[in-house]
Amino acid sequence: MSVRRRWIVAAAVGLAIALLLPRLGVPTFYISLLTQTWIFAIVAMSLDLLVGFTGLVNFSQAALFGMGAYAVAIGATRFHITAFAPVVALGIVSAVVTAAVFGLVALRSEGVGFIIITIALNEIVWGLAYQWVSVSGGDNGITGIVRPHVLGFDVSANTGYYYVCLACFIVSIILLLVLVRSPFGLVLKGVRETPRRMRALGYNVWLYRYLALMISGGFAGLAGVLFAWYNQFVGPVALSLDQSTQILIMVILGGIGTLYGQVFGAFVVVFLSNELSAVTQRWEMVLGIIYFVVVMYAPGGLVVLVPRLWARLRGKRTAIVPHEPLLGPAGIANAPAEIAEES
Amino acid sequence: MNGAALGDACLALGSVSKRFGSLSVLEDVSFGIRPGERCGIIGPNGAGKSTLFNIIAGDLPLTRGTVQLLGADVTRLSAHARARRGLARTFQTTTLFPRLTVIENLVLALQAHSAERFAMLVPRSRYRERDEEAHALLARVGLESRANAVVDALGYGEKRQIEILLALAQRPKLLLLDEPTAGLAPSDASLVTEMLKREHETLTMVLIEHDMGVVFDVVDRLIVLHYGRVVADGPVDAIRADANVQEIYLGGKL
Repeated sequence: MSVRRRWIVAAAVGLAIALLLPRLGVPTFYISLLTQTWIFAIVAMSLDLLVGFTGLVNFSQAALFGMGAYAVAIGATRFHITAFAPVVALGIVSAVVTAAVFGLVALRSEGVGFIIITIALNEIVWGLAYQWVSVSGGDNGITGIVRPHVLGFDVSANTGYYYVCLACFIVSIILLLVLVRSPFGLVLKGVRETPRRMRALGYNVWLYRYLALMISGGFAGLAGVLFAWYNQFVGPVALSLDQSTQILIMVILGGIGTLYGQVFGAFVVVFLSNELSAVTQRWEMVLGIIYFVVVMYAPGGLVVLVPRLWARLRGKRTAIVPHEPLLGPAGIANAPAEIAEES
Repeated sequence: MNGAALGDACLALGSVSKRFGSLSVLEDVSFGIRPGERCGIIGPNGAGKSTLFNIIAGDLPLTRGTVQLLGADVTRLSAHARARRGLARTFQTTTLFPRLTVIENLVLALQAHSAERFAMLVPRSRYRERDEEAHALLARVGLESRANAVVDALGYGEKRQIEILLALAQRPKLLLLDEPTAGLAPSDASLVTEMLKREHETLTMVLIEHDMGVVFDVVDRLIVLHYGRVVADGPVDAIRADANVQEIYLGGKL
């Protein structure tokens, strides 16, 4: 079977399972967790576009995600915007505009500087959500968000909403996979690898990073919209720095620079944080250990680990391809040739 | 160099100076490069050669002076804006895209000036002619078999050839080569030299090089930098015979 054929089969099987799960008597609780998985997979993929394909480790992804969520809440409670398409558009636009503003500030630097500035930006947005009570409801957040009708279907029940999120996920992953395989996607990879050479070739590196940030913001905003409808509530936790970190952990667990890996990253984090928290109060510690083990023994992420285990199960000894970690100790995606080379 | 000559110059530097704090690295450097000229810049380590290249390419801001490219003042332009005007450069330390394939590296250079670089929702396979161009370039240096190899996996000599090929793929009006044979075994160095000589007729180039064999083989004019100043500038033979140059740089007779 050719590699391409194998991918198509895997995607088809995955899709069939995803479509059938609610019909197979899976308890509602797990359907909810899977719904969350699709939502977080979208935002994790949006971050992977930055971390894995553009070389930007953005710690303000939760702020973009949260802007989408708050747009739903504020739009519904103040302006009575509740129909599916207008709300989705509103959420995406809010997140893209936020990303555009963030980019003006954060993209003045790169590497560690970029990380620090994005942390600060996320904290500012969190502070606004937490303290600007008249707009955001402060710590109490905003309640009274009602799930919309989609194409005439009532999706207020969990199963219906599951399919909405699955559909949004499928559209997102297709768009993103096309994007990273386009000429523009190749430019992003060039920017990730060696910005200095890109400039020498005539590429405006800043502009491509800026565009990538806004595109990423759009998908993060979409996920935020879905998240607000999912909870029927929005609070400042949705755009906390913790949330940003968790999204980044999903990206790393799943496999940086893969997009589809983020599905597994989101799945593992969503399920473990729910299941473990039912068993022990120290679930975050357990999650930390799992994260540590994956980074140590499968720096390529779960998507690298799974085929390797599969091959071993079938008795094949696979040569372990030396894998250069994409994320260095300083958290900078790939070592910038710039620093190494200044003559 | 007088004003009229500067006007049709490919590159013209006017009193370029560069200081890092109190350290003066370049002092009043002025010269022009005519279209079709092949000029070598030589000088001992620390003479300011690479700094000069970084200033011409727009990677470093200068302290004083002007840089003109094809008759236009580019002193304040960014590196990518200068590249778009027809300037290409290679780096002393190989500066490629290590985790991309050879073809992808070349396509990045080939599509740099084309609108398709903004095409987001069209797969790259739709632009087959770019890949064909890239293959044709590779064929020129006999590296077709490495087309789909990841650059990281190439040998050092191959990387140095790709380093130059990327700049050639830009179809530059002026090519800056920063020690193209640095660290190469003599056999690989001669491959690079042959490659450069093949481009001779059409290309204006400025070359930094320590290997005098390469210099004498490729260039027809030499500029000697010493402590950030131009101490000699002229045809290769004249510079070779210049006693002052032999004294400060070559440390004796050539």
